[in-house]
Amino acid sequence: MSINKDSNIFTFSFAVVMVLIVAISLAVVSESLSSMKKANKEDKKKINILSAIKVSADRNEASQLYEEYIKESIVINSSGEIIENDNLDAFYIDVKKQYRNKNLSIEDKIFPIFIAEKDGSKYYITPLVGSGLWGPIWGFIAFEKDCNTIYGASFDHKTETPGLGAEIREAFFEDAFIGKKILDENSSFVSVDVVKGGSEEGNNHQVDGITGGTITSDGVTNMLKNDLKVYNNYFKTIR
Amino acid sequence: MKSTLFSKKNRKLLSDPLGDQNPITIQVLGICSALAITVQLQQALVMAMSVVFVMVCANVIISALRNVIPSRIRIIVQLVVVSSLVVFVDQVLQAFLPDVQEKLSVFIGLIVSNCIIMGRLEAFALGNKLWPSFLDAIGNAIGYGWILLAVAFFRELLGSGKLFGYQVFPDGWYEASGGFYLNNNLMILPPMALIVVGIIIWVQRSRKSFPEELLEEN
Repeated sequence: MSINKDSNIFTFSFAVVMVLIVAISLAVVSESLSSMKKANKEDKKKINILSAIKVSADRNEASQLYEEYIKESIVINSSGEIIENDNLDAFYIDVKKQYRNKNLSIEDKIFPIFIAEKDGSKYYITPLVGSGLWGPIWGFIAFEKDCNTIYGASFDHKTETPGLGAEIREAFFEDAFIGKKILDENSSFVSVDVVKGGSEEGNNHQVDGITGGTITSDGVTNMLKNDLKVYNNYFKTIR
Repeated sequence: MKSTLFSKKNRKLLSDPLGDQNPITIQVLGICSALAITVQLQQALVMAMSVVFVMVCANVIISALRNVIPSRIRIIVQLVVVSSLVVFVDQVLQAFLPDVQEKLSVFIGLIVSNCIIMGRLEAFALGNKLWPSFLDAIGNAIGYGWILLAVAFFRELLGSGKLFGYQVFPDGWYEASGGFYLNNNLMILPPMALIVVGIIIWVQRSRKSFPEELLEEN
């Protein structure tokens, strides 16, 4: 029996069968790997949180070190009040999803804070999320007990240009934030800016931008401004 | 049949794309990704391996289906095959090599738009049996891969002073610590990839003859 390869019926049936096969097999692959992907994501988040308090972890030890250092976590609303809810696990709050949701006003968003203890000192770790040049950027900033001085920072991104904007997750950029302050002498909020062309010597509120990564650098500046303003509302109450 | 597996013609399928018919330097295809992911060797290596996998599978699948694929939708069929393979690679990397997947990010997805793959499917797999298609895919993918690695070698070495992420030049050489050396930031920027590819093409053409002359010989 010969089939007419160029008939409409054959063409349509071929397309339908092909799409079904491809869809089913990709769905199976994606589903069967989903638990691993989820675990990888959680490990990565723990690594990022830990790296904000300068604890370097690899994927195998991330969970264990996370348990060891992160003693407590709280969730606040945009005016800085703690939300009491036992069903709310700060770790699983998807700040990126909230950020993407443009219908959500800032009052509806919730903000997790992780409280770490390292060598007897207390650190407040705040997750941040913003936009880079091509896609989302995010990070964690750890504050010292005064809730003003930055103890450590870790940034990451999804699709920034390798070698340029993508450098925000490199140590040289992250380390520049150490010791910077988010409040000026009068204790009002000023954030930390990533400055093109180099920061002023001794300025506590500026770090060097990345050559060729200006838009990503500006994204970091805006991210810090927007999110730290909210966390500052909470910090005010405990300072 | 066995004796012809590695006949002269089949060997040529494998070896030509490595040199005389190299997809990047002679046919000048796929240079978009040669430009994008050659800043570091590791990325280039994973990219090259992903392309080898996608290309071999796609070429074999299309070759196996070549008598059934309706000619009116053949490009769509090729695209669907290539993109599902790419999604597969991306998923596997996400599950097993999450760190590498993060680094390559969008570029894995962009394998779909690699003109070499579509080019080989259309020009070769659609008209040839399984085994030659398999060899053709390996030859072209490796021909693509080695240029990628060569470009990445120079860009990472001269641009960051590293190879596979390991520091090559001693710290003392750098100006920051009183030496004489500075990394060439231009190497990291995309235009330099084209210039390096250009130099490779130049060297190749000065040693061999121009592809136009090769065509006449054949």
